[in-house]
Amino acid sequence: MTAEAILETEGLTKEFRGFVAVRNVALRVEPNTIHALIGPNGAGKTTCFNLLTKFLTPSAGRIVFKGRDITAARPSDIARMGLVRSFQISAVFGHLTALENVRIALQRQRGQSFDFWRSERTLDRYNGRARELLEAVGLEDYADAQAVELPYGRKRALEIATTIALDPELMLLDEPMAGMGHEDVARIADLIRTVAKGRTVLMVEHNLGVVADLSDTITVLARGEVLAEGDYARVSADPAVRSAYMGTED
Amino acid sequence: MASATGQIGTAAAASRAPVHQYVAFAVMVLLLVAAPFAIYPIFIMKVLCFALFACAFNLLIGYVGLLSFGHAAFLGAAGYITGHAAKVWGLTPELAIVAGVATSAVLGLVVGALAIRRQGIYFAMITLALAQMLYFFCLQAPFTGGEDGIQAIPRGRLFGLIDLSDMMTLYVVVVIIFLAGFLLIYRTIHSPFGQVLKAIRENEPRAVSLGYDVDRYKLVAFVLSAALSGLAGATKVLVFQLASLTDVHWAMSGEVVLMALVGGLGTIFGPVAGAVVIISLQNYLAQLGAWVTVVQGVIFVLCVLAFRRGIMGELGRLLKRPF
Repeated sequence: MTAEAILETEGLTKEFRGFVAVRNVALRVEPNTIHALIGPNGAGKTTCFNLLTKFLTPSAGRIVFKGRDITAARPSDIARMGLVRSFQISAVFGHLTALENVRIALQRQRGQSFDFWRSERTLDRYNGRARELLEAVGLEDYADAQAVELPYGRKRALEIATTIALDPELMLLDEPMAGMGHEDVARIADLIRTVAKGRTVLMVEHNLGVVADLSDTITVLARGEVLAEGDYARVSADPAVRSAYMGTED
Repeated sequence: MASATGQIGTAAAASRAPVHQYVAFAVMVLLLVAAPFAIYPIFIMKVLCFALFACAFNLLIGYVGLLSFGHAAFLGAAGYITGHAAKVWGLTPELAIVAGVATSAVLGLVVGALAIRRQGIYFAMITLALAQMLYFFCLQAPFTGGEDGIQAIPRGRLFGLIDLSDMMTLYVVVVIIFLAGFLLIYRTIHSPFGQVLKAIRENEPRAVSLGYDVDRYKLVAFVLSAALSGLAGATKVLVFQLASLTDVHWAMSGEVVLMALVGGLGTIFGPVAGAVVIISLQNYLAQLGAWVTVVQGVIFVLCVLAFRRGIMGELGRLLKRPF
């Protein structure tokens, strides 16, 4: 725990018209770890996540990424700094092919380009890398399929391929296993483990069981506040966590 | 599973290898060559101006997902400026058109910058409100001629050399302008920039999370669309030798929505087909008077209820190829 944290928050608070969704959260994400943020329904996980990714503005507190204060940054700015998020509802570009989905992320390397006079063929040089990324998530046979036609689990895989195409230092995954069958959960868990090599992952999950052997560190949120933090053994033994999770732990 | 992937494969292959689109384009050019020998050229030129206008509008709604309800402003403003430039300043037609297009582009920059801060219906309402402001400006401003509009606009000599008062010469020039605008839109859709636009249409928050500054992409698309609408308006004014309030009226903004919808939103050739259908109806049903509006309303309802993809959208689905 001597290493510099990649992402750190101080007194992070979000109020919605008097209702405090997230209260005074201090989070510390160590580099090259898988960190899970879990909690029962309404614990403020998603709010917290949206604060970290700048989709919401905090009412108070500070967010520091790689030693830089990003509290006032815009969502597209932090993406360019190397902090890339996924979405709870699988976020793919439905009427583009799987290959094009990944390529959209890869062509970001060209910067903000407004070259409407240039041919699409300019992008062909990214096809090789895009196919590699699709292969990495087991989608090589679906390169030319429209994303909207892929089954749910494969959409999630495509989303992860698109995210790692940006080669982010920190990936934030919003309930990557939500709404999935058992075999898909195992596959996505494997996938997360694979892509986490050499980078940091912060994921929000509903179920403690799902993140048990995936995460290095688990932070439990309840009613907007940090309830417990540590590895699975420590967190699952915590009586406060057990009571917060009564009936939902499986 | 094998059959499912096979099916997916063909649909995607079609989106990549647009041979059928080249064929469709060739058919369109051949029709344009043959048409003036069978149909009154002024009518075809009118259709072409509206087709270009509808294509420019479709660039926004079909490929960025932005519904502008004030596009008449760009059509009409360019028309007034081109008319004024040709008649009062005595500019040659190409310079008058450039002046009109530049006006629409600047207007597009202002309207776009204000409107893209809002989403969905609010975006549409802001474009409508600003377009109405322009309408009242055109009604009151001295140079627009108010209710009379600008009449007897000279067609002049293109580059000071080619006399546009000859009908066939004018026709060729209008066809070239239309094809150039059409091809520019086609290229935009199939450019790296167009890829990002489609990504924004499909999932805006995701495009943001990948680091794209979506507002700037939307603004560039909006300005492009406004400028091309202006090109349509400027050309139309030279064809009819008249710039009038009709072109800045909100009903014109509604008409272009109808054209794009009937032809097929987000298709390449749809807006052209839509313009042909709507302008033909207006022309051939003109003796019905006010009933034309009723017929248009019925078509609109039928489109929304029965064939939502529009003419080219449904055709594309039948042939499993996007047009």
